[in-house]
Amino acid sequence: MELVSQHVKGIMEECKIRARDAGLRFDDETLEYIVTNRDLIELSPKMMIPTLYDYWVHDVRVLSGKGMYEAYPSNPFETVINTRPAISYYNDNNPDWLNVMIFYHVLAHIDFFQNNMFYKNTWDIDLAGQALADKRLIARLRSEKGRWVDYVIEFARGMDNLAGFHRDLSRTLLQTGARKLTRTDFYFDVFLQKIISVPQHEYVKEISRYNECQKDNVDFFSQVTGKYPEFNELYRKETKKKSPFQMDIMEYILRYSPFLRKEENEWMTSVIHIVRSTSLYFQPQIRTKIMNEGWASFWHEKLFMADDRISGHETDYAKVNASVTAMPKVGLNPYALGMRLFEHIREMEDKGRYSFAYFLLRDAVLKEKYDQHKNTGQSFIFKVREDMDDFTFINHFLEQEFVDRHRLFVAGKRINNQNMTWQYYIKSKKADDYKQMVINTLYHPPDIRIDAEKTKDGILYLDHRFENKPLKSDFIENTMIGIEFLWGGPVHLETSEPKSATRLDPRYTNFWDPSAQGSLPEPPALPIEWKRVRYIIKDRKLHKQEL
Amino acid sequence: MITLDELLERDKKREEDGFKRKIRIGRIVKPGSGNKEKIIVVPTTVEEKFVHDDIVAEQEQGEAEPTGGTGEGQEGDVIGEQPVRPEEGEGEGEGEGEGPGEGKGGEHEIEANAYELGKVLSQDFELPNLKDKGKKKVLARYVYDLTDKNQGVGQVLDKKATLKKIVETNMSLGNIPDVSNIDTTGFIVSPRDLIYRILSREKEYESQALVFFLRDYSGSMGGKVTQTVVSQHVMLYSWLMYQYEKQVETRFVLHDTEAREVSDFQKYYSYKVAGGTKVYTAFKLVNDIVEKENLARDYNIYVFHGTDGDDWDKDGKQTLAEIEKMLTYAARIGITIVEHTYVGSKQTEVEKYIQSSGLLTSHHHLIKLDVMAENVDDSRIIQGIKTLIS
Repeated sequence: MELVSQHVKGIMEECKIRARDAGLRFDDETLEYIVTNRDLIELSPKMMIPTLYDYWVHDVRVLSGKGMYEAYPSNPFETVINTRPAISYYNDNNPDWLNVMIFYHVLAHIDFFQNNMFYKNTWDIDLAGQALADKRLIARLRSEKGRWVDYVIEFARGMDNLAGFHRDLSRTLLQTGARKLTRTDFYFDVFLQKIISVPQHEYVKEISRYNECQKDNVDFFSQVTGKYPEFNELYRKETKKKSPFQMDIMEYILRYSPFLRKEENEWMTSVIHIVRSTSLYFQPQIRTKIMNEGWASFWHEKLFMADDRISGHETDYAKVNASVTAMPKVGLNPYALGMRLFEHIREMEDKGRYSFAYFLLRDAVLKEKYDQHKNTGQSFIFKVREDMDDFTFINHFLEQEFVDRHRLFVAGKRINNQNMTWQYYIKSKKADDYKQMVINTLYHPPDIRIDAEKTKDGILYLDHRFENKPLKSDFIENTMIGIEFLWGGPVHLETSEPKSATRLDPRYTNFWDPSAQGSLPEPPALPIEWKRVRYIIKDRKLHKQEL
Repeated sequence: MITLDELLERDKKREEDGFKRKIRIGRIVKPGSGNKEKIIVVPTTVEEKFVHDDIVAEQEQGEAEPTGGTGEGQEGDVIGEQPVRPEEGEGEGEGEGEGPGEGKGGEHEIEANAYELGKVLSQDFELPNLKDKGKKKVLARYVYDLTDKNQGVGQVLDKKATLKKIVETNMSLGNIPDVSNIDTTGFIVSPRDLIYRILSREKEYESQALVFFLRDYSGSMGGKVTQTVVSQHVMLYSWLMYQYEKQVETRFVLHDTEAREVSDFQKYYSYKVAGGTKVYTAFKLVNDIVEKENLARDYNIYVFHGTDGDDWDKDGKQTLAEIEKMLTYAARIGITIVEHTYVGSKQTEVEKYIQSSGLLTSHHHLIKLDVMAENVDDSRIIQGIKTLIS
């Protein structure tokens, strides 16, 4: 691993100037390294952070990565890590024109990391340094506690996908927004409505009295405190109340586990903290894959084409670019989809189509011609890259115009009994179906929370808020064994499963060979009925109860 | 960097601590035509968490998960087809009748990696009932033993030989003037006097063996069941490669409602699920091959069959007939049934008819049956191999 040469660094610095001129915003300092493919294989299980804590699962991944490389050698163009200063890796020495393209791509990634709101909690951390400190701590613990450190890491990682990423994020965003509950807010929103619950006409009367007071510059609250002497005290209490955010499972265990509170187990809390914060650190990247890659591809194309340093290499570029950003005939390419969607959004906004007037238009010809020449598309997409993640991006902007324009469709795959072939067919060209298909591929951990009321008598009670997707049943046992270990008592998990009667196992039917004896006509597909079940882990034994 | 052995060693400790083992031996099979496939042994593990199951609940039967696409066409248009049963490519024919031992190129890699896996599997196995048959080719089996001696370094100190050497040295130094009255306190011991035993590879010659791998790839075999069967057969195959240095010949048969022979392990390993199930077709194909090519005369024949136990031939009349015929020449038939979890405590069809046929007792040294659940771990699979070749 070594820094890029001065010549290559010079290309990077020029790219930065041009990218800034185009509106991208990022820190001055960046570090670029040349790494070998072997380095990359060893780094990738650690999410490319060389200083991340050691863990045997990483070693397993490295070994299988090496095997994979042996069978299918391939190398990524670049990898960027979100730290300060931003670090990027390149495989060996590319020609200058290719470096120009890759650097623009990387700079757009850095711009995304440093401006997208979902990364807010990662902005103030020097990740490489933090990770190093964590790594040393874990190494020290391992020398004292041996493999039990690895069990704690394993069990903590067993629930790190349930860490309250959104809760942590909104906590930060609300704090920086510094919106405090004012006395007026409290009086009207909480006190009148919830505490003394006045009838509506009195509420309205109070509002008009408030407006009167504002106009005449009279102290509105003097009368309030006269009437309700307890008001000031209640207000003080309310502002002192802890934020109403619910703790996630890891936080809850860290705070309340009787097992971790024992002195000899205290070291485990630091391990769990490390695992939790590492998971939270990587979550924004997982949740903005389409946007991040789309944004980088969008800008490398735009900036590269305008760069005079590359003239003569347009066809070379076109070839590389196409391999990255082509829409596959069947399949999904996040680079390609994100890039086209950003282009689409800019154009729609340029024409002023994100408006009520356009929305109300029903005439296809008028819609086609609709153009307000607003030309605000550029600043609009900058706003989008700041405020959205993959879900909101896709859910909000993926519309029928986009699907039609790029001739997108949902591709189905079904078996054809006559020819014994898999048949690919156009299942739907509706934007809603396409959107749902994309959304189904997004990262979405189950919503499992602590049920505070049922958590008693030493039992930790987890409640899975069911979203018509059952949990992967093979994983439940080991995950719960881990939680039981860290909690130090029985753990219950309430979740939903299909009622077996409604689900005919497709493996039993003989539709493979319709001529076979006893083959039944396909039963009509019944909607699946769900039942609530409770998994109980006690002394590392799993039981299941129907509720 | 940590090695595979160290990882497995550490994984073993989990059991002492009361947790399940987590590392499985995975394989990456690189497709190659003919016999040039490459198996790379890698460890794999899954980090278990609460996650949503991939199964899309409202999926219709025979329909796979949808994805994206681009291009012209109307809803409902078919844009392409792909055969469910893969066709044999141009590589076919060249592998015919020629054991994998004959392969060129790429061979070295499969050996090197199969060696790794063979080591993992421990060396306790050997092919049962090997008989001296025709001398077409001699099969060499390798065993490892502490037979060779080495001066200076090695695994086990050979005390007697070392003492002799020390005496010899001191004699030539003149430290032993009187052989009837030796004073050992004046001895000088040179480092080169230490004689060690070292591990060395010894060839043992045995007769020729031919192994048939049979696999059910019918529609019911989806998912874990196939993985488990294939895992077991990969291990068996790798072990054969390791222990018999590719001198065991192997043939591969896949079946659903009809059986077909494929030319190499890679195809055998990678072909996916297709139609219904008629188990007898596979056994019949093997019988036909053996008869046509007159293999029973020259070879010890081993047949390993993996299935989920589902068979349209419910009472197994045809299958049992073929098996009985096979028992007249086979040195061992090993049948593995990997049960789907939904089977519960019921017996599968294949298990039922094989058990009730009485073959397992009347020919107990020739036919073995192993039944396991679909979600077993590697140690159980290895246990299964031991049963099959015991």
